[in-house]
Amino acid sequence: MNRRFFMSVGVAGAAALVGIGEYLMITQNAPPSPFTSGVGGAFSLVDDNSKRFTSRDLLGKPAMIYFGYTFCPEVCPTTLTHMSAWLHALGPEATKLRTVFVTIDPARDTAAKMKEYLSGFDPNIIGLTGTPAEIATIARDYKVYYKKVPIPGGSYTMDHSSFIYLMTAKGKLDGLISYGEPDTKAMAALRRLLRG
Amino acid sequence: MTKMTRALAVAGAMMLAGSAFAQPVQLGTLTITSPWVRPTPPGAPSAAGYLSIVNHGAAEDRLVGATTPDAASVQVHEMSMTGNGVMKMRPVPGGLAIPPGRTVTLAPDGYHLMIIGPRQEFKPGERVPVTLVFKHAGKVAVSFPVANGPVANGPVANGPAAGGSAAGGQAGGAMPGMTMGAMPGKAPAKP
Ligand SMILES: [Cu+2]
Repeated sequence: MNRRFFMSVGVAGAAALVGIGEYLMITQNAPPSPFTSGVGGAFSLVDDNSKRFTSRDLLGKPAMIYFGYTFCPEVCPTTLTHMSAWLHALGPEATKLRTVFVTIDPARDTAAKMKEYLSGFDPNIIGLTGTPAEIATIARDYKVYYKKVPIPGGSYTMDHSSFIYLMTAKGKLDGLISYGEPDTKAMAALRRLLRG
Repeated sequence: MTKMTRALAVAGAMMLAGSAFAQPVQLGTLTITSPWVRPTPPGAPSAAGYLSIVNHGAAEDRLVGATTPDAASVQVHEMSMTGNGVMKMRPVPGGLAIPPGRTVTLAPDGYHLMIIGPRQEFKPGERVPVTLVFKHAGKVAVSFPVANGPVANGPVANGPAAGGSAAGGQAGGAMPGMTMGAMPGKAPAKP
């Protein structure tokens, strides 16, 4: 399955695909696909000001959620840059959206690290980290795949899902934005999400 | 403005633009062009460098590594995206092959120099001195401008420059809302 297919269904059709073709694609060895029912769930994490941030704090406003890590030199900063540009383009509407960057590398991405890193992006973006178990819980519930891969020199990279999740104010999946999605499509999806 | 001062202003502008051009670097039969390093977010523990390598020779060479005084270490990595939208990043085992008569491009969505542990933020307009290490041709020093895309064919400051890449990546233009300077992405369309 190619990326173009995902891009075409990414925003509009994620919910429509639930339980249909995508489900068949999942095998035991494949990373979990978010195109299944029941994305989301209860979580308790720590924000970049070291305050508790739970799934309850996400409700009441639509949300845009991205999972990544700061050691990522290309996909994550590019995505956060685009998210920042979308928020800027939304203007005052941006505050009606909860925008969240969740690390899947909590060992390195402390609350302080997240705060410093996110100071280079739109101030509306909230950084979330937690214990490895807390991150495992939200990743499982959002069907986010992540895996630690050692590299020479004692460091490691993280394989990880690159979707941006669009959630309604009631915590239901509204759609996904794929990596490389044109800004115009992403903006249309965000405006639709904000209209509710 | 008099004709004289206008002429000086034009000359000055040309010199400024010229300083932003990266000159090709020659090492034996290899030509290195379009080096650039992505600006880093504050405290970023890694950075990505990109370049093109032309092999005019008759034998294969390999880019096996690099060093810079501005970071702890440098590796040659490949980024890939699976059909399920999973991003993977791996060291290239044995280094990146540069076949004879071919151009190999390290660009977004493909290969990059993984610059691990930058000693400070890389800001647009700065330069990062890098020594590339090839299996056969040896070492060569290349100055990498910090920019939002390849700068060999155009000035740094004006966003997307000519070039493109074999890997399909694109240099993004300056986008609004950025507090750290534009970074290239796959989707340069304006919102
Ligand atoms: Cu890398």
